[in-house]
Amino acid sequence: MKLTEDTIQKIDEVISRYPDKRSASLMVIHLVQEELGAVDLEASEWIADLLDLQPINIRELITFYPMLRETPWGETHVRVCRTLPCALRGSYATCKKLEEKLHVKEGCVSSDGKHSIEFMECLADCGEGPVVMVGDQTFENIDEGKAAKLAQLILDDKVADTKEFTSYEKAVESIQSSKS
Amino acid sequence: MISKKIPKERRVILKNADNPSYSNKITCYIKEGGYDVLKKSIKKKPEEIGEEVLKSGVRGRGGAGFPTGMKWKFLDRKSGKPIYLICNADESEPGTFKDRQIIHKDPHQLIEGMMISAYAIQAKQAFIYIRAEFFEGAKILNRAIAEAKAKGFCGENILGSGYSCDLVVHRGAGAYICGEETGLIESLEGKRPNPRIKPPYFPAVLGLYQCPTIVNNVETLCNVKHIMEMGGETFSKIGKPNNTGTRIWCVSGQVKNPGYFEFECGALTLGEMIYDVCGGLLPGRTLQAVIPGGSSAKILRADERFKGTHKDGTDFDWGIEDIPLDFDGPMAAGTMSGSGGIVVMDDTVDMVEAMANINAFYAHESCGQCTPCREGSLWMKKISSRMCSGDAREEDADLLLSVANQIEGRTICAFGEAAAWPTQSFVKKFRKDFLKKAKTQKRKKDSLQLI
Ligand SMILES: Cc1cc2nc3c(=O)[nH]c(=O)nc-3n(C[C@H](O)[C@H](O)[C@H](O)COP(=O)(O)O)c2cc1C
Ligand code: SF4
Ligand code: FES
Repeated sequence: MKLTEDTIQKIDEVISRYPDKRSASLMVIHLVQEELGAVDLEASEWIADLLDLQPINIRELITFYPMLRETPWGETHVRVCRTLPCALRGSYATCKKLEEKLHVKEGCVSSDGKHSIEFMECLADCGEGPVVMVGDQTFENIDEGKAAKLAQLILDDKVADTKEFTSYEKAVESIQSSKS
Repeated sequence: MISKKIPKERRVILKNADNPSYSNKITCYIKEGGYDVLKKSIKKKPEEIGEEVLKSGVRGRGGAGFPTGMKWKFLDRKSGKPIYLICNADESEPGTFKDRQIIHKDPHQLIEGMMISAYAIQAKQAFIYIRAEFFEGAKILNRAIAEAKAKGFCGENILGSGYSCDLVVHRGAGAYICGEETGLIESLEGKRPNPRIKPPYFPAVLGLYQCPTIVNNVETLCNVKHIMEMGGETFSKIGKPNNTGTRIWCVSGQVKNPGYFEFECGALTLGEMIYDVCGGLLPGRTLQAVIPGGSSAKILRADERFKGTHKDGTDFDWGIEDIPLDFDGPMAAGTMSGSGGIVVMDDTVDMVEAMANINAFYAHESCGQCTPCREGSLWMKKISSRMCSGDAREEDADLLLSVANQIEGRTICAFGEAAAWPTQSFVKKFRKDFLKKAKTQKRKKDSLQLI
């Protein structure tokens, strides 16, 4: 298993934050998963060793938490909210449209490994549903029609250019720059 | 008819959040008087802060509505063990999106509230447990904490007072049960988030690392800042007795203008919220049902009447639109204000599918350690989904009720109730829809697919 120097450093820093090493488990798993896309058996053993735990202590987390993975999602991972408030505004149709356009079923990764879709439980943005996340970015009010457009942006690799998602960090940056 | 005034928001916590020229950077926060209350508070005795919080009457905003000052009093200070403070930023109750606004738009308000609270309980260390889906939120908080540390507002020797408390952001990984405070603590210890049984594991006595721990919601901790700014006495005059302060209500579902709104407790009714604040229903639709406090709260049918006697002896006789939006109003109507997530459903909604959607959520999120919850939530999902795929039976309504009734009160944590209440209330209040489903096997004509 190979991790970059940067990740190793971040891991060391994260462990130092807690009074008890084991508490760092989730954060270390996140860091490893961010780099490798998933935490397989080898990675679990490595993390366990680092935190003076047994591999099962890491495996039991990866098999429990929905966002921890033993195999990677696609290069672009799309999360669609499934829960009632979003469903009342059409999230099932949104998910179907995305499946159709990206040629991949929810819960699966496309055969070329490029795309994957996950039907998620409430993403805590219910007032702007249907809510869709592409990677780390949140897109709001994605009805069936907008889902088709969003899928096209994903296929064209142009999601980063669109202004249609909510990014508080970026919104803040733009205020700062326009002021100075 | 006299035209109605649209109730006015009173923004205390969200005062600056949506101001277009306000940013989540520390410079902006300080310009608005930020961290002044911390400077003032850290000169007081820690007990004095606790007294103010107790006086304010503020109740927890995470769901249960337990008085915060009282919770702090329960802290076991005699044990000599270190004390911890945890901010519950897991925000995962379907229908709730208030903490998101604070975390992303005004993180320093939370940090200030937390540092005042940490000092008040003399915490050795403080944590923010944030759901992993808030990728950006975690980044914003980490940056904000670094900014606050650089200015001496948290970390070592805060503002030269000699008191030190480090603040750490801890990310979850997509599990709803990590919102339950003892599940959260297990998760923070690096274990599976299986909730602990209370008693004996009340966090204030045996919490993180078996040390006394206070777990409070994001909104609650922000309130502490405002309590210390205006004084507990003044705070207690906002809202109503036993329902003090403001609350951020999140309205979602089928209204014209969903969103989050901050009002004094009891300043408006559910009807005013839906029709005046949120612009009413979509054209041509009528109200069918409302879930008033996140998906765990019992559903209210539009034509129900709620009668009873208040604690003070006065009688009430409400329609759904008359229910006051505070803690006690929804409670008097047999449900709860929970996390403040109001989900509105109009007449097009197929109630059996809506229930199947909710049941799928609870089946997915049960931690699995209690048999009634693990098996029951799964069976409720299976039965209600089957009802929506052409195999509904007349006896399913009673079967669902019987499963739900066997969960309630038989589990380690309150997730059991959260899973049982929707089914119990849907089946009781919409029994006709369940029977009709068995006859027609069809989705209601204009309803969207919900499962
Ligand atoms: C199943 C379940 C899920 C919960 N989820 C949350 C949550 O996401 N956020 C939250 O603040 N409280 C949540 N709570 C309530 C917490 O257990 C706890 O009561 C709360 O964080 C205390 O803070 P407060 O006193 O400030 O309300 C949940 C409770 C249960 C039973
Ligand atoms: S009630 Fe459900 S979620 Fe809570 S501890 Fe039991 S199995 Fe887990
Ligand atoms: S239900 Fe979709 S974000 Fe809450």
